[in-house]
Amino acid sequence: MATRTPELVKSGDFNVIGKRPIRHDGVDKVTGRAAYGADIFLPGMLYGKVLRSPHAHATIMSIDTSKAEAIPGVHAVVTYTDLPEPGEGMTELNESGEQATYFKAYNMLAREKVLYDGHAIAAVAATDPHIAEDAVRRIEVEYEHHPPIMNSQQAIDSNGVLLLPDIFTDTEGEIDAAPSNITKHVIYEEGDIEAGFAAADVVVDNEYETATVHQGYIETHNATARWHEDGTLEVWCSSQGQFGIRQELSDLLQMPVSRIKVTPMEIGGGFGGKTTIYIEILAALLSKKTDRPVKMTMDRAEVLKATGPTPGTWEKAKIGATKDGKITAAHVTLYFEAGAFPGSPLAPGCMTALSPYSLKNFRIDGYEVLVNKPHSHAYRAPGSTMSEFAVETAVDEICETLDMDPLKFRLLNASKEGDLRVDGPPFTRVGNIECLENIENSDHWRTRLEQSKEPHLKRGRGIASGFWMNGGGMSSAQGRLNPDGTVTLLEGSVDIGGTRTSVAMQLAEVLGIPVEDVNPIVPDTDSIGYTGVTGGSRVTYATGYAAHEAAHDMIRQMIDGIAGYWDAQPSDVHFEDGQFSSDGKSLSFKKAAKILDDEDVGILGTASVAPSQPGSTFSVQVADVEVDTETGKVQILRYTGTQDAGIAIYPPYVEGQLQGGIVQGIGWALNEEYFYDQDGRLRNASLLDYRMPTALDLPMIETIITEVPNPGHPYGVRGVGEVSIIPPPAAISNAIHDAVGVRMRELPMSPPKVQKAIAANGG
Amino acid sequence: MATKLISGATLVTSVINGDEITFQCEPRDSLLDVLRETLNLTGAKEGCNNGNCGACNVIMDGTLVNSCCVLAVETEGSRISTIEGIATADGLHPIQTAYLENAALQCGVCTPGFIVSTKALLDKNPSPTEHEIRFWLAGNLCRCTGYDKIVRAVQDAAEKMQEA
Repeated sequence: MATRTPELVKSGDFNVIGKRPIRHDGVDKVTGRAAYGADIFLPGMLYGKVLRSPHAHATIMSIDTSKAEAIPGVHAVVTYTDLPEPGEGMTELNESGEQATYFKAYNMLAREKVLYDGHAIAAVAATDPHIAEDAVRRIEVEYEHHPPIMNSQQAIDSNGVLLLPDIFTDTEGEIDAAPSNITKHVIYEEGDIEAGFAAADVVVDNEYETATVHQGYIETHNATARWHEDGTLEVWCSSQGQFGIRQELSDLLQMPVSRIKVTPMEIGGGFGGKTTIYIEILAALLSKKTDRPVKMTMDRAEVLKATGPTPGTWEKAKIGATKDGKITAAHVTLYFEAGAFPGSPLAPGCMTALSPYSLKNFRIDGYEVLVNKPHSHAYRAPGSTMSEFAVETAVDEICETLDMDPLKFRLLNASKEGDLRVDGPPFTRVGNIECLENIENSDHWRTRLEQSKEPHLKRGRGIASGFWMNGGGMSSAQGRLNPDGTVTLLEGSVDIGGTRTSVAMQLAEVLGIPVEDVNPIVPDTDSIGYTGVTGGSRVTYATGYAAHEAAHDMIRQMIDGIAGYWDAQPSDVHFEDGQFSSDGKSLSFKKAAKILDDEDVGILGTASVAPSQPGSTFSVQVADVEVDTETGKVQILRYTGTQDAGIAIYPPYVEGQLQGGIVQGIGWALNEEYFYDQDGRLRNASLLDYRMPTALDLPMIETIITEVPNPGHPYGVRGVGEVSIIPPPAAISNAIHDAVGVRMRELPMSPPKVQKAIAANGG
Repeated sequence: MATKLISGATLVTSVINGDEITFQCEPRDSLLDVLRETLNLTGAKEGCNNGNCGACNVIMDGTLVNSCCVLAVETEGSRISTIEGIATADGLHPIQTAYLENAALQCGVCTPGFIVSTKALLDKNPSPTEHEIRFWLAGNLCRCTGYDKIVRAVQDAAEKMQEA
């Protein structure tokens, strides 16, 4: 039992960890009984719907809600005037930094202007969703139109068109005098890049673009609110963290968090996009105004138009290397579209861009720009897929110029323990090299790719790496011993993909009981200590850490209780391999539970922890593609990925995170993009036209779990949720180059673009 | 919606998970609306409401349908099986067990639709190839799993149902 020294940790040493139990919430989820956010129905409930702007950029001249309010069955209409006037404060954006509360309020309900197609203007509550929809259509809004700003170049060269009047570029604390659509310029640098490039035998210098893409969770946003007569508010919604939702509601409603209770419903996917509020605030305002519970759900078009997709980017990567393959310098420039309001994952994009490599001379310039698109939000390893796409493609271009094996090049330049990260701190023990070696030794890498017999089908192989920091932060857990020897585990982290079990397994490991004897529950904000979002790949790491500590607290209390029962000193009672023992006497965990209950000794182990060494992680992936040179279509033939899990607590779900992230990355690489017309209207706001990968598009996704234990966790855990999405775009771009000799530097690499590139290259 | 008499509503009778049920609906209500809002069968999920994601799939008279694309009034006299009708008092259906054992779900919101689609496939084709499975399930979107473990679960279920 007890904590093992991480250096000694090997998966095989455990009783529970590393096994493949059935997840606790599985039966509810395969029978349709699990209650997601939209599955709640309260007595007397009204239905809310939202009026959204059809325009990308316009001043609101007037809003007339009178015709809507006159419809029978309509109980209330709210606009921005129903929100308390926001103060000067800041609101957390969780994985995307923080944002002025004023802008958060402005995004929830438009005030002076509408700033993107889909921007919420008003919300209606009615007795029936159809009536609410009818009422929304009767709200009259007059607009004065402005030219939309739809990409970084337009934002920079805007001819005086500004989205927001009071934005002045902040360059590392220096504020420009003139207003701009560029919110900030961040710089990370070390060494001397000029000297580094001068020492290079080969330099590549190219530009890259990535499209705005959406997280694409299958469950749309939902919220049900009930404002009570005593001024307290209850909210039920699916989110990546009940405490974050509570905080944002508190900030916008200007009421203490203790007056708000948020109950996390089962969540149908988030990937970063559900770490914030959208309609939760509207449901709350409508409930306050109507004195009835109000339920709201978004439709798919609303999700695509008006939640938080990831920024589109324009990037430059210049890398120099010696002829024997050592990188001498790198300069990366990133332009991230924040969307209509400041705040984007620019910093993590900068911090990860070059991290797979050990570098002496580098500079990263990051710019955040405002465009008339929805305010961007976190998407799995936020910012990194874009920045590492540029760098990992540029690295392949260096290898091509040097005629060098891209895996050997990466091994030669790999970052390792003690190297300084771009953002300052040195890497702790990391598994970059082990991941590369696991791919080098994989069946996939060692099997030669055969060419097709069809002359128009060309095959190629590409490789790319990815790096993600991972997150720590506060998590809480409570273990309550039941008389039958089972444990009820309260843990604060919303479970998106099996973490009830990965957290329960860590508690069970300490207690020496089967994980089936643990009943994990994710409670509301009043029933468990503060726990950060299910984001940053932090749950199995930080909440698992809390469960580990809570289990030890239980053992301490049980030892005290059994010492009393045996009339012994607690220091003479020992717990090992599931048995309490002292002076020749011994009790199993189950028998001890029964005796303690008979003796009226209650056992409630608790822990709130904030571990700060999540252990960064790497992923290395290899893609085989087949390019149809006639149509430009790219088919994935074979795909293998590895990532460093530290220690894989619950391996089937570690594999699942790898496979899921890889396939999201494949969609980002090949198909997915926001398609806006000249007027700034989103023209593909459906799951038919926003084309995510289907089962038919893909082969099996082969996984290899690399295990380099994290010294910052009692069981060696590293977060596994995010890094896998980063390598696919570059791995596939590099594979396309290997197949047909063209460099794709713009995402998505959709058939028309690939075909055009092949034609430009002489067919 | 079930609690009040709706003007212009129609009474419809169909057999849902073996029970003959009469419900009222408006002409514009979809089968999905009625299942979720009127009959409280919330296992079918709304992911897109226009037939692109498969999260609301049910079997109607032996045919797999998107319940969001079927008007409730069209179901008069039909036999409908939803996710709630797949398991029995004797336990889970082998398809459900295979999804659990193969870790073929993460967030689980698409899972009811996938299981219903899998049942419709295996009812028709008890030993599908991998390509046939992928083709059949192309109408169900999953954003979490990358489909690998889902395809394996279907293969596993098919094998076990053949043995049984």
